Amino acid sequence: MEPALASFLQEQIVPKFNYWVYVVLMMIGLYAMIAKNNLIKKLIGMSIFQTAIILFYVSVGAKDGAGIPILDHHTYEHALEHPGDEHIDRDGYANPLPHVLMLTAIVVGVSTLGLALAIAQRIFTSFGSIEEDEILEKLQPGGHD
Amino acid sequence: MIEFFGFLAHQAPLVTVLAPAFGALLVTLFGRGKAEAGLPLALISLSLSSVGAVVTLFHVLASGGELRYRLGGWAPPFGIEYRIDALAALTAAAVVLVGLVNAVFSKTRVAAEAGEKAPFFYTLYLFLLAGLCGIVFTNDAFNLYVLIEITSLTSYALIAMGNRRAALSSFNYVIMGTVGASLYLLGVGYLYIKTGTLNIDGMRAAMAEAGIWGDASITVAFILILVGLWTKMAFFPLHGWMPNAYSYAPTAVGTLMAPLMTKVMVYVMLRVMLFAFGADFSYGGAGCGDIVVALSTVAIVAGSLLALARSDIKKMLTYLIVAEVGYMVGGAWVGNEAGLTGAAYHILSDAAMTFCLFMAVSIIVLRTGDHRLTAFTGLFRKMPLTMIGFTVGALSMIGLPPTCGFFSKWYLVGGGIEAGRWDYVVALLFSSLVNAVIFFRIFERAYFGEMDEPAPAGDDADSRPSQPLERVPWSMLVPLFLAAAAVLLVGLFNNTLAGWLRAALAI
Amino acid sequence: MKLFGLIAVIIVGALLLSATGDFPDFGDPQSPASASPLSTHYIEGSVYETKVPNLVTAVLADYRGFDTMFETVVIFVAGIGIIAVLRAFGTPAAELPEGGGEEGDDDLIIRTTCNLVFPVIQVFALYVVAHGHHSPGGGFQGGVMLGASYILLALSCGLPAAKRRLGERQTIVLAAIGVIVFAGWGVACVLFGGNFLDYAALDPIIPGDVQMARSHSMLGVEIGVAFTVTAIMFVIYANLSTRGRLRDGL
Repeated sequence: MEPALASFLQEQIVPKFNYWVYVVLMMIGLYAMIAKNNLIKKLIGMSIFQTAIILFYVSVGAKDGAGIPILDHHTYEHALEHPGDEHIDRDGYANPLPHVLMLTAIVVGVSTLGLALAIAQRIFTSFGSIEEDEILEKLQPGGHD
Repeated sequence: MIEFFGFLAHQAPLVTVLAPAFGALLVTLFGRGKAEAGLPLALISLSLSSVGAVVTLFHVLASGGELRYRLGGWAPPFGIEYRIDALAALTAAAVVLVGLVNAVFSKTRVAAEAGEKAPFFYTLYLFLLAGLCGIVFTNDAFNLYVLIEITSLTSYALIAMGNRRAALSSFNYVIMGTVGASLYLLGVGYLYIKTGTLNIDGMRAAMAEAGIWGDASITVAFILILVGLWTKMAFFPLHGWMPNAYSYAPTAVGTLMAPLMTKVMVYVMLRVMLFAFGADFSYGGAGCGDIVVALSTVAIVAGSLLALARSDIKKMLTYLIVAEVGYMVGGAWVGNEAGLTGAAYHILSDAAMTFCLFMAVSIIVLRTGDHRLTAFTGLFRKMPLTMIGFTVGALSMIGLPPTCGFFSKWYLVGGGIEAGRWDYVVALLFSSLVNAVIFFRIFERAYFGEMDEPAPAGDDADSRPSQPLERVPWSMLVPLFLAAAAVLLVGLFNNTLAGWLRAALAI
Repeated sequence: MKLFGLIAVIIVGALLLSATGDFPDFGDPQSPASASPLSTHYIEGSVYETKVPNLVTAVLADYRGFDTMFETVVIFVAGIGIIAVLRAFGTPAAELPEGGGEEGDDDLIIRTTCNLVFPVIQVFALYVVAHGHHSPGGGFQGGVMLGASYILLALSCGLPAAKRRLGERQTIVLAAIGVIVFAGWGVACVLFGGNFLDYAALDPIIPGDVQMARSHSMLGVEIGVAFTVTAIMFVIYANLSTRGRLRDGL
């Protein structure tokens, strides 16, 4: 392999692999949202797009060698018994904040998807199609805008 | 007693946000399928919220600059806080007052257009207003995202409650709105990864402390947040979702969203530029000020020309909003005090005049049963009261004193000249000229009656009301006059308002 | 449209990738986000302030409780929005499309299994809600499970069977009550002299010390969240699977 390429791989891609993956995933979603003709496929793209952002945030919260952000039983009991004795190690637990934020983002994603599917069903009942070009054809002249 | 009033003044921002929210929940609980079940609760909660907003405004002015309220009692950055300055208090007051007046205006329309779904309509309507107030007050970047999504979800649903075209435009809005909000969220994530905080003031402090202004990721975060907000505010060329969504939506939704949504997003943009990134970075370090002013010039010209080409009245107005958004973005980006003041003042004045025009046009379309410019034929004789309201709004759009449109344009042009951005100044004047052409053409038709020109083509059945109104109820005319009065009052008190705004934006 | 999409994707993708260069490495414990006072305080200090070992719950329901309240509102609004958009009140049965599963054509094995599993799912869901601040879980997770149990019932025994246990009016009321519990809890804090959602203000009426007041309040608001999520999950399923008619379904 070219040495330049190898060093690029080692310095830019391998340590930041998650950030590259999320961009790829997000672009797949964005492409589907723009280019697909079928309304449901657009929504699938939208879902992928939002999930990519969740991957990004959760990657931000990861720490090497850290566990889940829930205190183990022993640490918890110790903290309750000795309130002044601050012995909890920051590096042992993943950053909880991104998880909290993404719980919200997941909820928002579910809500948006549900509402968008309802609107798509409504469009299907009134136009008899979920293909964008067929719907546009059914509109009266002058309805295009 | 004094203590009690102090307590009330302290909780006033909370009342502003939570009164509509509780109103919405009570409507859901007690409104059972009756067409007008939600209205009294909506009016009560919005009145309460308006009182809260006005008290907040006076409290802000009395305390000299800004109020902070710690939600959950946690100090920032650990908890979420409200930060309210004069601009925020004025914008929130505008939001709830428009909501309240529009609830009266749309009283008969909700019963006719939503039928037995009226309680659900009012639930969504009130949550939309609660979300907009929350956006204006909050000082937490992620809380802002959640609230943006609340306003988005409610507006998707409210628009889709209209006819089949409304559902189709709502779907487009879902797609573009989600991209916009997600880009904003991603930008906040980029800032979080670099600064480790979500508090808007804290972000600026952390970036200044670490000295990372030159990092590529900060610039990318800035671009992502701006593009996200521009999509939400329908800044040309990201305006694609707006014209159809606003013109096919149920009457009450169009008159509510047209004055509020874009304006609140402009407010958020000002907040992000000045407080999350700071003026030094926004106008200097990011290095995109010149491009954005050029973009807004294009937006103004394109919006005006597109409006000129429309024969559908509501769509014409929505393209005028596209041009107005260009005004505000340009004013915010010329990078001097006059421009910023103009942009902030235009948030208020544009809310007043768009509200006035949309109500007048909704009345006209409903009464004549015609959605095209031909509806105006001979209207000064047939509907003189409605036309008074329409005229006030139109004169403000053109920019004639003493309406508020004149003064905001005055500040914006001043800002453009001071910055030496002649393209922006010329675009503003050009847009005034085009607006004059558009509205005087309408006045001519309304005054002299039938014109000798061929009727505009393209009668769109989905834009027509199913049944024209027999007569225009007073519950529609009084709100229209209130909005027209607001257009004049915001204009007459421009000096006071601009003084408050200048103080709020000086950082 | 395909070409335009491709160009947009390339531009946005290049913009996003250009920024990854100066991100901290994946998993770096010294990155600004992980080493910031904010994250450090949540990990090292929250147990002393709230007595809750699940740090995510502590941040979610207490430090950022205001966010979570609006998150519940998002769910609520989505459910109400779906009803407002899709629900067809009083559609005559004759207009129903053919092919909807009728009640009564169910299989003995499926019905028996679901009847066995249904209470188990619900009890476990309640455990997830109630134990959310000691182990993974909470109002959203438990609420989704509860909602899923009703969806399972609708899938196996037909929508009418599920609607008998959780009717349409009941779901809407339940959803609204959930948000009212959360927001009302915050208002109670105001009435006891604190700021909105400042659970410490409720110390006088909640047994235990200030930290336990916070811990119990988190449980309270999580229960509100669970109400709303349960109801709205079922609303979403019932409306989407029947095109808003709430009859027949999958």
